[in-house]
Formats: sequence, C-alpha cells, structure tokens
Amino acid sequence: MANIQFNRKEFEKHFKVDEKLIEKISLFGTPASLKEDYVEVELFPNRPDLIPLQGFVRAFKAFLGKETGIREYKINKPEKNYKVRISPSVKQVRPFTACAIVKNMTFTDERIKEIINVQEKMHATLGRNRKKLAIGIYPLDKISLPISYEARDPEKIKFIPLGGEKEMNGREILENHPTGKQYSSLLAGHQKFPVFVDAGSKVLSMPPIINSHETGRITESTRDVFIECSGFDNESLQKALKILITMFSDMGGKVYAMELEGEKKELVPDMTSEKMKISLEDVNKLLGLSLKEKDLEKLLPRMEYEYKQGTLRIPPWRTDILHQVDIIEDIAIAYGYEKLVPQVPNVSTFGEESKKAMKNSILAGTLIGLNLLETTSFHLIKQDEVKNMKAESIELEDSKTDYKYLRPNLLIPALRIFAENKDHEYPQRIFEIGTVFSSDKKHLTETGIQEKENMIVAISPGNFTEIKQIHDYLSRVLGIEYEIEEESVPNLLEGRSAIIKKDRKNVGYLGEVHPETLQEWKIKMPIAVLEIAMD
Amino acid sequence: MDKKSDIIERLSPLERKIIPFLHHPIEKIVKDSELDETSVIKALRFLESKGVLSLSTAVKKKVILGTNGIYYKKNHLPERNLLHLLETHNHLSFDEAKKMSKLSDNEFKVSLGALKNKRFIVIANGKISLNIPKEELVKKTPEEQLLEELPMPLENLNKEQREILEVLKQRKDLVEIAEENTVSFKLTSLGDQLAGKEITLNLIEEITPEVIKTWSKNKKVRKYDIDASVPRIYAGKRHFVNQTLERARKIWVEMGFKEMEGNIAETSFWVFDALFTPQDHPAREMQDTFFIKVPPGKIKDREHLKPVKESHENGMGISKGWQYSWNEDIAKRVVLRTHTTSLSARTIASLKENDLPAKFFAIGKCFRNETVDWNHAFEFYQTEGIVVDKNVTFVNLLGYLQVFYKKMGFDKIRFRPSFFAYTEPSVEIDVFHPARKEWIELGGAGIFRPEVTLALLGKVTPVLAWGQGLDRIIRDVHKIKDIREMYSNDIQDIRDKKVSI
Repeated sequence: MANIQFNRKEFEKHFKVDEKLIEKISLFGTPASLKEDYVEVELFPNRPDLIPLQGFVRAFKAFLGKETGIREYKINKPEKNYKVRISPSVKQVRPFTACAIVKNMTFTDERIKEIINVQEKMHATLGRNRKKLAIGIYPLDKISLPISYEARDPEKIKFIPLGGEKEMNGREILENHPTGKQYSSLLAGHQKFPVFVDAGSKVLSMPPIINSHETGRITESTRDVFIECSGFDNESLQKALKILITMFSDMGGKVYAMELEGEKKELVPDMTSEKMKISLEDVNKLLGLSLKEKDLEKLLPRMEYEYKQGTLRIPPWRTDILHQVDIIEDIAIAYGYEKLVPQVPNVSTFGEESKKAMKNSILAGTLIGLNLLETTSFHLIKQDEVKNMKAESIELEDSKTDYKYLRPNLLIPALRIFAENKDHEYPQRIFEIGTVFSSDKKHLTETGIQEKENMIVAISPGNFTEIKQIHDYLSRVLGIEYEIEEESVPNLLEGRSAIIKKDRKNVGYLGEVHPETLQEWKIKMPIAVLEIAMD
Repeated sequence: MDKKSDIIERLSPLERKIIPFLHHPIEKIVKDSELDETSVIKALRFLESKGVLSLSTAVKKKVILGTNGIYYKKNHLPERNLLHLLETHNHLSFDEAKKMSKLSDNEFKVSLGALKNKRFIVIANGKISLNIPKEELVKKTPEEQLLEELPMPLENLNKEQREILEVLKQRKDLVEIAEENTVSFKLTSLGDQLAGKEITLNLIEEITPEVIKTWSKNKKVRKYDIDASVPRIYAGKRHFVNQTLERARKIWVEMGFKEMEGNIAETSFWVFDALFTPQDHPAREMQDTFFIKVPPGKIKDREHLKPVKESHENGMGISKGWQYSWNEDIAKRVVLRTHTTSLSARTIASLKENDLPAKFFAIGKCFRNETVDWNHAFEFYQTEGIVVDKNVTFVNLLGYLQVFYKKMGFDKIRFRPSFFAYTEPSVEIDVFHPARKEWIELGGAGIFRPEVTLALLGKVTPVLAWGQGLDRIIRDVHKIKDIREMYSNDIQDIRDKKVSI
C-alpha cells in the first residue's frame, strides 16, 4: 500500500474537490482524505498506473463517466540512432531494459519534484525497492545516441555520482556513496555491474543505484529526455515504461519509440492493448447481479476498457489483469460498491465449535468456580525472561520489540503478571489456557515446532497443599487420572514440587515456586503453580 | 412504631453498651462501659448514622516526650549526673568531670550549659565547682518536674511551664509537640431521649441453628442498617478479551459455521504461497513478518505443491500467473502466521467433493513484526471465515458479514473496494460506531481467486473468504482506548472490568 499526495491545486484543475468527491474516490478503490495543500490517496499495489497525477486523473475521470474508454497515446517512430544496444553481459546481473525518448517537455522546479516523486513511488512499489525494477531519466542534450546497456568490472566504471563532486568507481560508490550504501545489496556478489553508456563512452548511470551527475540530472533547461527502466522482470519494465510515457505525454511531451538490440530486435514501448473475452454469465454469477449486455457496455469504459460483444481491450498500462475475475471486480467498482445489496444465501450447513474451544470453555468455567481470574498473555516472551528461567525457547528473527522468543510454558507469562501486579490486592489467583511452543525433536511436525495447549493455575500467596487441592479437584471433576511423582522441577522448590504424569507420560508439574526464582522476578509473595498439557 | 423504638431494635450490641453512658464525655464512656476507645468510637459512628448524635473532630496540640525524653524520664537528665559528681568532689577539671560522669560529648556540653545558665555551677581556672548549697540539690529542677508530668495537652501548661518547654525544645529529642485528633459528640434530641437508658430489649443478633430450633412468634431480630457499606469481594472471572471472542464464536456457530483450528507457527507455503501471494511480495519480508529461527520446514502435502507452483509460474492455463520461477525453499521458511487465512487454505486443500457445501470459521491470534504503541501490537486477533458452494456470490459475502456484525452490535456497515493478492473481487469492511459517530475499519474480504481454488480445491468454484481484525471490536466493547490495556493483564482491571452482555 502506497500513500500518494496529489497537489490540491493541480487536482482542483480537474475536479471540484469536496467531501462528496473524496467519498467517491474511496469508492473507486483508493481511500482518500482531504488535506489543506493536498489530496492523499492510498493506492493498492495492483494499480501503479495511478501513481502519477495524470494517470489518476485519467482513470478517475473515466470512472465519473467523463472521458471513458482507452485514451490513445501517439508514439512516434524512432529517429536516427534512437537505439539501445543490450550486451549479453547484463544477463547475469540485471538482464532487461525498456527505453523511450520524450521531447518538447517543460521542466519547472515543481515538475521535476513531481517526476522524482513518481519515480520513487514506483521504485518502492512495483520496483520492490529497486530490486525488481529501477527507472532512470536523462537530459538528451547531455548525451549522444545510441546508448549501450552493458555490464563492466566495477573498477572500470568511473563517473561522478549524482549529488557528488568527485569521480568514483563502481565499487567505491557501493562502499562510500550514501545511495550506493543503501542499495549495495542489490549488486553485491556480482563480478560485473550494469551501466548505461552513451555513444561518447560517457557513463549515464549504474542501475539500480545512481545516475551520473553530468549526464543524469534533469534541470529547468532540459527539454528532451531519455528514459530507461531496468530490472529482472521484462513485463514489469514494459508496464512501468508505459505508465511513465503516458505521464510525460499528458504533461505535453512528444514520445518516441526506441529500438532495443539484444538477442532480438524490439521496438518499445508497444502500446497495443491486449484483448480478453468476458462472459456476462460469469460476471453475474460471481457478483450476484443481473447485469445486461448494455450495462457492460456502459460500465467497462468507466474503468478505461473498450468493450464490444464479449471482447474487451485492456489499457496497456494496467499491470494487474491476470484473469477475467480482475475485470469482474472492475465492473463491480464501476457499478458502485455502495449499490450492492447484501444477501444471505441458503447454504445449509451445521455449525460446530471445535473440540479444543469447547474443552477450553468448559475448563475455564470450572476454574472460575475455583475463584480464579483468567489472564491472557502474549505468545512471545522477552530475552531476559528466557535467560532467568533457563527455559529452552525458540527464537524469532529480527523482532522489533523486546519480545524475541516463543513462550515454552505459561509459567513465564504468569510470573511476569505477578511481578507487574505487586501493588494490587492479594490473594491473586489466576489461570490461563494457551499455546506453548517447543522444538519438535521427533520431526513429526512440518514446522519443526511442537505447539501444545497448556493450562496454568497460579496462586499467590499459595502453598503446595492449596495447589494440590486444586489439582485433585480438577482431576476428580474432569475425570482424568493423573499420577504425581516427587521430582525436582526447574524453578520450583525441591521436596515441594512434583511431576504430573498421565499414562506414564509427563504432562505437567505442580509445586511452590523457588524463592530464588521469585527474587529474580522481584516478587515478594509466595506462589504455587500447576501447569498441565491439555491434549 | 415510633422512631425511638425502631432505633432501639436496630442497635447493635456495641451501641447498646454505651447508650447508658452517653451523657458523659468519651473518656468516661470508655471507663464505664469497659470497652476500648476504638470500639467506643465505632459505636458512636454507628449511632451518628442513626441520627442519635453528631460527632465532631478537633485537632489538639499535645506535648509529648521525644526519644531522649522517654529515656531521661526513666533515668534522669544528664545534668543530674554532673550535680551528683560535684556533690562529692568540690572542684573538677573538664576532663575529670567528663570522664567520671560517663556522659557523651554532647550530653556533657549541654549539661554544662544548662547548669551554668541556672547559676548552679561556676567555672573558674578551667575547674567546675558547685555554686549552690548542697541541700538545694535534693530539689527537682523545673525541667525535671515538667518531664515527669508529660505527656499533657499544650493548653494545660502554665506560663512558667511554657518557658521551660521552650528551653527543653532546644535540646535534642527531649520533647515534641504532637497534633492529636480528639473526637467529641453532641446528642440530638433523639439522643437525649435515649441517653442513660439501660436497654434490656432481648434481640436476636445472629440466626443460628439454635435460634431456628427455638423460634417463636414473639422473638425479635435486630434490624440492620442496610445502607452500611460492606467489604468488597472479588470473584473468579473470564478475561474480558476472551468473553468477546466467545461471543463471536457463538455467532458463527449460530450461523452454521464449523470451527477451524491449526498451527500458529506455519510454513510460508500455507501462509502465502497457497494463497497466490508472490514470493517477492512485500508482506513476506522480515520487516512485516516474524520468521522463526528453525531449519526449513516440510511441505508434506505434495499433492497441492505442484498446482500451487504452477499457479504462480503460469496460472495453470486459466490465468497469466505471476510469471516467475517459484522456489520451494522460500515456501519452506517457517513464520508466525500473519493471518488466520492459513487455516482456510489448509481447510480448502482438505475438502472432498461430498464435503460441499461447507462453511468454516476461525478465531485466532495472528502476528506481525511491529513495535507496540496505543494502536498497534505484534499480536492481534482475527476472525476468519469461508463459504464454499458453487452458487455463492459477492453480494452473499456482503450478506454474511452484515449479519455477523449486526449480531456483534453494529447495525450500519459499509463496503469499499480493496485489494488482496488472493481474492478478487475484494472488499474492505467498515462498521459505524453509533456513539463515536465514526466508521471503524475492520479489514478485508473477497472471493478467492480462481488460481487459489484451482490449485487447492482442484476446480474453479467460488469461495467467499474474510479475515478481519477483532481487536478494534474488543476495544470498543470494553471501552479501551489504548491497545496495550488489552494485553496488560492488570489484575485489578480484570477484576473490575464490566462483564460484556
């Protein structure tokens, strides 16, 4: 999800902005909010074509029924040397590129910012932080055509990176330049780095890291530009290029195709729109509506499609149409989600609680009868808790908080609760039923982690007799036969703790918490506990 | 019944004991009733609430002994040591006097000063000698006299005593002025009628087996003050979060849904891949998802592995798919489930033709790698549901959600377009909060994409699916602003929280 801010003044050139319009934008599938200087919309990742203001305006106008169908963009034939030679050397490191030339642009300071913004948003979303694709834009007057896209030894790539002052080589940029350091992982491990080089052997950029200061910087005096997208997924590059050139075209630019010379020759961008069949019956069956042919004729152009007798043409900049259902959703959006009337069908099935939930609910009721208060804790526990309790626990990767492990028992959360409730009235009698995690040593699970449902009862102040009484009571009323064996249990007092067994298997323990453990937790009141696996 | 006899029937044994002495001040009541002062005050308070008297509290200053004062009163003041010494030795040097008197430095200095001021002694040529006739020595000094009389109320001190008090106050911990609350009372006219009376009424205080056995019509039981406050008790109780979860669970069961359950730790395959989420999707990064430090998991369900792979790579002939080379190793990475939809994926994969139609639900914890603030936590509850039937539609999906949220107490619901990798069409659900007059965002729903159902179920058939956060609802039901309160386990808070009905 990307948040895009459209300049309010620019936006108001196209629409009368009020609360009603904002509501309408939300119903277009892009939740919007109105701010003093800008209109903010949330874009879902399936619609990068709405990132530029021009793209959003075009699509939303269609939605409002103003300029429906596919807008046609004129792509001029390449002029002399409008060529990019793709060397086989890029195959390993960054295999694809798609390029175009746009002329007759006017770049104001604001416009440059707007374009950089679009570029950054596209890098973040469709480009997966430049990994999948990166975009470069260059002033045509500073470079000489044709362009070559090739991979070189990092040491042999030499240019002044954007915003820098001195010449650096490819490796130095990754090591020392701020942008280079930020994205260094994208080239790390490669023998050769990709570069765009012009006919005069000047380096334009080292994608996806940075442009050259000399040849890769748009200023207010720039009029014509060379645009490239590079990356791993040719289809995405082509789409990104189409989104960009429609934006430049809507800004008043004149778009020229370029010839790519790689394994094969290709002319890009190709603005032919793809055709797809759609069945009215499928539409109605999926949505639960009874639309007619003429409704499709009206609704589809509002989502920028062209439709005729069961066949539609998809705008070339749409990246998200994988299947007919994607179009059916667009029909629903054009129809208006607010007009959909919820209906409950007659699907006859029997309701059923899971055995586990039922068991837990009955057990909780029984424990409440013992005057116990239910707690509910995080499944994650802290590092020092694991250390203090010497409990074998499974660790998470890169947790953003202090909670870094999966709880191996319910004792740790219970002791934390007592430690945090020292100021409240005693006696404190608590219980909890929940999942605990341990390593699956027998390799029976798919995850290598065994999940068990445990129950803990903990009373403070409490002693062995009281906790054994509770255990006895539960065994009697639940009709489960347990054996108790004296055995030392970690963190409990020897001689006042026992292992609980069922069918000769360890299922839990009970006893008094060791004063040393209580000291660790800074707890002053004695605690007796009973923890038992439910399965 | 007149007021007087009604009150007599309500008097507790304690109150009855002091009624005869009510014309006297409290000290006397304590003495005559043979009760301790606390009980008398307690009885007076009861009587006040019955309108028999009114109590008033006055603050009185009292001169009491300090820690040294208590010691010196028991033994004697240090200057007396010195005087005794001088009685037998006519002249003493400082060192001799100090050594023989066994006084501390400080006591010695103070004693010398005090005696010098009174002109009891003179100091000449470094020697101390007595300045008064020895017969005078038997007399107690005014300081000693006052010390003996303490403690006493400040107001009872005469002018001379007050001067001495000022002198004693200069010395360390001899005397202190303490404030004391003294309680007194005034009888009301009702009290006047009662005071002094011996109450002989024979009232039953407690219903015992003996009382029941010997009950007869003419027996009377003392009436209680039903307004009197009673000590607070606490009882066992379910946690308020679980109360709301149980309620949601009941509603789904009522609506004919069967509960799903399953693992919290799960392979990426069931959390993401089986749900057509491409392997480079941002949601699958460590930034958002908790990966677990365990070796790669196993994908035992080989039957569904191949179709899932194909759905990603080429759309299995019905869709374009995501057009990349799907990697089983990435699918094997073990994560904490980010949504309960992993349960739906497994459920669908296990369904056979004769299990249909089917409706399932789940309520469970989900996880995201996030820092904690008032509105976010790394654990949250989700309620999940699927309906599998060849005839269900998008408006049916909206229908189920409308009914569920209505039963949860939200009459107004709104639907907005949304996007999820595994549903199409997708929808975002908001419910209207009638008190706060604002829309609450609950989360998403949709119809599983054909790529999902073809891979898992073996055919393209509509599966309505939703997974919404429940924390917003729980917070609303229990009027909790800060999400941390939901998970803080503050015992007093759990005790006091209203039960949701």
